[in-house]
Amino acid sequence: MKKTLFDKVWDAHVVESIENGPQVFYIDKHLIHEVTSPQAFNELEKRGIPILRPKQIVATADHNTPTIEQHLPIKDELSKKQLEQLSINCKKNNITLYELGHKYNGIIHVIAPELGITQPGMTMVCGDSHTSTHGAFGAIAFGIGTSQVAQVFASQYLLLTKPKKLRITVNGKLKAGVLSKDVILYIISKLGTNSGTGYFCEYAGTVFENMSMEGRMTVCNMSIEMGARGGMIAPDEKTFEYIKGREFAPQGKEFDQKVAYWKTLVTDEDALFDKEHYFDAADIEPMITYGTNPGMGIKISDYIPDIQNNSFKKSLNYMNLKAGESLINKPINYVFIGSCTNSRIEDFRVAADYVKGKQKADNVIAWLVPGSKKVESQIYEEGLNTIFENAGFTLRQPGCSACLAMNDDKIPQNEYCVSTSNRNFEGRQGQGARTILASPLVAAATAVAGRIVDISKSLN
Amino acid sequence: MEKFKTISSRAIPLAIENIDTDQIIPARFLKSTDKEGFGEHLFKDWRHHRNGSINSDFVLNSPIFSGSILVAGTNFGCGSSREHAAWALCDYGFKVVISSFFADIFKGNALNNGLLPVQVSEEYLKYLFQKINENSDTKIIVDLKKQTIAIENSDLQETFDIDPYKKTCLMNGYDDIDYLLTKLPNIKEFETNKLRFA
Ligand code: SF4
Repeated sequence: MKKTLFDKVWDAHVVESIENGPQVFYIDKHLIHEVTSPQAFNELEKRGIPILRPKQIVATADHNTPTIEQHLPIKDELSKKQLEQLSINCKKNNITLYELGHKYNGIIHVIAPELGITQPGMTMVCGDSHTSTHGAFGAIAFGIGTSQVAQVFASQYLLLTKPKKLRITVNGKLKAGVLSKDVILYIISKLGTNSGTGYFCEYAGTVFENMSMEGRMTVCNMSIEMGARGGMIAPDEKTFEYIKGREFAPQGKEFDQKVAYWKTLVTDEDALFDKEHYFDAADIEPMITYGTNPGMGIKISDYIPDIQNNSFKKSLNYMNLKAGESLINKPINYVFIGSCTNSRIEDFRVAADYVKGKQKADNVIAWLVPGSKKVESQIYEEGLNTIFENAGFTLRQPGCSACLAMNDDKIPQNEYCVSTSNRNFEGRQGQGARTILASPLVAAATAVAGRIVDISKSLN
Repeated sequence: MEKFKTISSRAIPLAIENIDTDQIIPARFLKSTDKEGFGEHLFKDWRHHRNGSINSDFVLNSPIFSGSILVAGTNFGCGSSREHAAWALCDYGFKVVISSFFADIFKGNALNNGLLPVQVSEEYLKYLFQKINENSDTKIIVDLKKQTIAIENSDLQETFDIDPYKKTCLMNGYDDIDYLLTKLPNIKEFETNKLRFA
């Protein structure tokens, strides 16, 4: 039988299939963080069940951490307690934790790939929907709930029914100024936020082949925003090169052996998918969202559509925008470059490249939040910090930050924020805040202009 | 977990599409390290105005509607994987959520907490909204054993799907962990025997 990339990795992890029931699905790596793990630890402790494979778990503190003065005690009592609980739980159970201040600390979906923990052919889970990010390496990676976190703690497997298979193919050459973020925002705007529900998605075609690993991570990261449990891209030389030499990557002969296996992780020709979509790279332009779900996106120079539906109207009402309106020249006071979607070094390079020699507009508060300590150091090593500082941007310390505004990094009520994160839900960046999703380039250009500008025009 | 019994209840109509888990329970309430008390913050920013006062236009605050069944627009529970959303709905007193479409992770989380997601057709959902809005005393009957949903004094009935394994768990009040532990020998064998590269 011809197999897809997803079939190959999935089938290799099925311990057994229960008659008329789910499959026993083995998990290689379990990533955890402070917000969705404490109740799972409690559950096991209450029942006196030990954690089966602590060595296969990696923990970080990211959602709830401050992004300034990280060396000082945390002011917010509840956050402090939650972070302390994570440290206690990890210590008690011999789990590796990269806590605040550790040189490997950062957003879980940024640190696992950069440390070489994420590898092709693996199965990975985390109590976080953006676990789909790791699929960029040809791993099956998906978000789970806290009950499932407890299940994996106890047994290292999950009871699952195999999802259906979806493939999205994008061929051709991307225009100047069109980044991986635009590609995925475009796809979601075309297919809708629930088009992927029940499916695992493979991204194929020259656009993804030519994309950097960082770009592939941005794409796979947002698979969940079209409802898909995860996204995958077949590993290739670029993938192997990225992994080689990283802290927890296989070394020497073992690495070569793995590469030989990883090379088999491609979809066989003529393998069947349950659903396929095709797009042309030439049709994609810099994107922007105008509503309160990531599917509500348009080309930056387009007009907001008019849809007769109460939920659509509610959404525009929340955003204080009108059907038929253009977002070009809309004044913007907040810009956020960060989150597990766009907080890798490449994202800051793109932003710095644009910002170099320019000044941030006076009305704008621009937060740059690296995804990890490593990315932060790279920003300094490459001197990008000087470019940003000279331009009036604020470089903060790593964490999820204004992506979900659990810490103090909140966008004030009624303010618009052009954000490189992944969700423009009501209140996501703070109560009453209005999020406009975009690429790091569009975000940087907005910060400089103090309003949304048609980046495609200024590049040509 | 409690055994799931047939539910016959009035329902609360929340005719909004794409309700994400950030609305069900906003992130600022996720700092707790246990599972209790989330019901108080369910739909917090829809239940309250920005100044903290009660939004009487929101259906959960309406004196007209009540019950342990929530009827919601399509694609309910999309977004974040936070199980806190399911905990909040349960803690508030819901036993069933009805929609024409559920996001995957939410559906799993709900089932793991004894909250039954019932997926109905788009037409049936419309009909439900209509019936409840016409008469808020209308009772909805959800029979898990037969996998049917019906409206009191109406012939229209639909069947719904549920994973047979999950159905057994709900009907008997089992949770997964007890079952999972019985398979540990198979897991250990898998780990040692299978030539696995990952
Ligand atoms: S950066 Fe945002 S989306 Fe990513 S893990 Fe953190 S909160 Fe979730």
